Amino acid sequence: MAFDIGLALLVLGVGAWTVAARDTFAAVVGFVAYGLLLALLWVRLAAPDVALTEAALGSGLTGGLLVSASTRLRRAETRAVDERQPASLRLAAAVLCTLVSAGVAAIVLLLPEPAPTLAPQAMVNMAATGLGNPVTAVLMAYRAIDTLLETVVLLLALVGIWSLAPDRVWGGVPGPRHQAEPDGLLTFIAQLLVPVGILVGIHIFWVGSVAPGGEFQGATILAAMWILAMMAGLVDAPAVNRRWLRLMLVAGPAVFLTIGLTGFAVAGSFLAYPEPHAKLLILMIEIPVTLSIAATLALLVAGPPERAPGR
Amino acid sequence: MPSSATAGGFLLVLAIVLPVAGALLSLALGGRYAERIAFIVMPAGLAVSIAILVSVWRTHNALQYFVGNWYPPLGVAFRADGLSAAMMVTAALLICGIGLFAREQFFAQPGPEQRAPLVFWILLLAVWASLNAVFIGSDLFNLYVALELLTFAAVPLVSLDGRAETLAAALRYLLFALFGSILYLLGAVLLYGAYGTLDITLLSGRVRAEPIAWTAISVMTAGLLAKAALYPLHLWLPPAHAGAPAPASAILSGLVVKAPFFLVVRLWFDVMPRLPEHAAAQVLGTLGAMAIIFGSIVALRQERLKLLIAYSTVAQIGYLFLIFPLAVNPETSHSSSTVTWTGGILQAVSHAFAKAAMFMAAGLIAEALGHDRIAGLAGIGRALPITVFAFGLGGLSLMGLPPSGGFVAKAMLLTGAVAAGQWWWAVIILTGGLLAGGYIFLVLARTLADASEPLALLSSISLGRQTVVVALALCAVLLGFVPLRPLELLQIGRPDVAIGAVR
Amino acid sequence: MTEATLYGLCSAALVGVGLFGLIMHPQPLRKILAFNLIGGGVFLLFGAVARRGAAAGLGGDPVPQALVITGLVVAFAATALAVALLLRLFQETGRATLGSDG
Repeated sequence: MAFDIGLALLVLGVGAWTVAARDTFAAVVGFVAYGLLLALLWVRLAAPDVALTEAALGSGLTGGLLVSASTRLRRAETRAVDERQPASLRLAAAVLCTLVSAGVAAIVLLLPEPAPTLAPQAMVNMAATGLGNPVTAVLMAYRAIDTLLETVVLLLALVGIWSLAPDRVWGGVPGPRHQAEPDGLLTFIAQLLVPVGILVGIHIFWVGSVAPGGEFQGATILAAMWILAMMAGLVDAPAVNRRWLRLMLVAGPAVFLTIGLTGFAVAGSFLAYPEPHAKLLILMIEIPVTLSIAATLALLVAGPPERAPGR
Repeated sequence: MPSSATAGGFLLVLAIVLPVAGALLSLALGGRYAERIAFIVMPAGLAVSIAILVSVWRTHNALQYFVGNWYPPLGVAFRADGLSAAMMVTAALLICGIGLFAREQFFAQPGPEQRAPLVFWILLLAVWASLNAVFIGSDLFNLYVALELLTFAAVPLVSLDGRAETLAAALRYLLFALFGSILYLLGAVLLYGAYGTLDITLLSGRVRAEPIAWTAISVMTAGLLAKAALYPLHLWLPPAHAGAPAPASAILSGLVVKAPFFLVVRLWFDVMPRLPEHAAAQVLGTLGAMAIIFGSIVALRQERLKLLIAYSTVAQIGYLFLIFPLAVNPETSHSSSTVTWTGGILQAVSHAFAKAAMFMAAGLIAEALGHDRIAGLAGIGRALPITVFAFGLGGLSLMGLPPSGGFVAKAMLLTGAVAAGQWWWAVIILTGGLLAGGYIFLVLARTLADASEPLALLSSISLGRQTVVVALALCAVLLGFVPLRPLELLQIGRPDVAIGAVR
Repeated sequence: MTEATLYGLCSAALVGVGLFGLIMHPQPLRKILAFNLIGGGVFLLFGAVARRGAAAGLGGDPVPQALVITGLVVAFAATALAVALLLRLFQETGRATLGSDG
């Protein structure tokens, strides 16, 4: 318990520091630490699946995105006059936020005992899905429609980011060209880490059906490896008009949708799985979805096209 | 209420799956296929929406579907009552009209793939899918995903032309929307923590009048108000809707901004049908009233036509929120049997058609003149008579003049206000109508004035596009033939009607 | 006090801290950061609710946990879109502010 209190206070402290830091880069570093501490909290809350996702996505990829953004915006920072808000506004905001926190805290204390829970129902129905991880069962079976729509949401965000490219580089390559330095440290680390990372990502995806893990966590690690390879110059980002890339991005949601529709024909409802084949069908969905999400996440970080396509 | 999926429930799945499949296919095939795919999906989706409406009307019951054969609280349900069906048909008609209108502007030329056409058609289909998901969703977290889908589809439409002002407007829109999403999630987790489910039907049975429920609903409502641009959270709307290309402005003002309002209605009338809500309802009504007055006054002072129309949207959204203090019948607690309920929904639908027509007309005028300054509109009435006529027809709805859906809607709201003894809303409604008349006539007078020198149009405006604009404006006029009493369609599947009324 | 309640209170505090950052910083990038802080707090509240629902041999209710995973993915996509818009705005105007923005 003491450990938990300490952890909670630490998270709060890091969060407060992230807000108070003057320099944006320092704030982003603080945010990465915040994310990692949150992942620890998730482990304490008996949610290892979420801990993995928070560490890889919430802290890792988001942190990477924000670091590169704050670096590119550095020139704007130094140009901006140090805008300190007047003390009266600070005080008013502090009072407001304290009230909000107190309100939420009060409601937390008013939550009913015994707590309503869907854990028994989730466990009882898991046998029909052939899965061993209840969180995966929720994501891929009970609430599969949410997961399907979520893959579409990801893809839409990517389309939105791509739409920001100027017309003359449309269909082109995201990000600047990173040159691989043959003796550079980053290249060395990437050459070591990327193959290992890919294996780890695949493994975490694979065990997700029976143990903590799954497609989102695995996909995040795969995406991180692709980003690392791009940044170290091992591979160049693909041009966004390439047909293979488009098919790879769309494959996940498309297969999900197709199997969902066949579920209507075979098992009586959209996204229903006929019982003997449930696990196989879920796996058939998860493989392309993992690849699609990995590609989408990596390209979300890469940003809009900046260099005209070769062809 | 049926506890099993109804026949025809699969139509609900199709309503979401068809546009999603179209968007995915467009992204994969790219280039010129996007437009063709959109023109296959549009009539199909329209047919599905009409089929849903017909099915709901014939069976006099809501359509229901349990995805994956998993029942709530573990699974996710779709449910289309009369209100959903009406909104879905409106969305389908609007999307088809906007598609026809936008065909010329976002026509993909042969050759390498172009950015704007591909992005526009994908996002249009995505907006449609997410609107349908909002209208039929019966699970609060599923509705959160639908709202995010809607936001990500709408935001890039604002910055489609890539200018700095639209980029800033899109970013501001996104930040407000994110703020709304976080509040919505906060409320949802409180509801789950207290009642163990996020299904609307189950929640309506479990929610009690206690602080946790009030806090959750208030927080979620506040988040949805930010997304719906209700005063004072309206700052993002005018630059965003004015900066987007005309067909995008049409869908943004017509329907995208109504989806969060729809969810507030679901929360207040479906999740909490019997909670004491009088004071909070008056707060919502007051914010609506301020939106009407403020939006109309600022619209009067605008120099640019598209900004004027955008501020008019801010005002017209205010009318929608008058439904909350007025549509609660204290004796029977039947909200949907009141005339105010029909009036509020009719306001949403007729405004959608009218505003879409007006934005598209403004787009044509801007294309012809090269600018949209109101002071420079002289002579355009003579040059583009059909377009200006359509603009005027849409304006009838905004002002609340017959014949138009807007007139009937506002008359119903007035009747409701007087019947409930809350006459102050009647004053607001009448004032809003007068102010709307002010800015509409301001524009029309300028367009009908003679130009000092002969007007040279930058480009010719095709008759096809002008016809589409008039057609949409006529839809708003046709709604004026709705009789001045509660509409039976909008009462189908309402839980409060099921409790008391005998059919 | 159970650990679930403790972390629930912690999440309430995190929401307040993040909200303060959202109000105080005019720069959009800091606002985006603040949104992620608040989001982390709200998701943590999901976690506390999940922990309270431990039953049937599980350490926590899997439904809120799954909802958080979905929410984390959506939040990342939102951050990516917002950052991309901001960077593009900076490219076009040389400024990374929204001017008179709330």
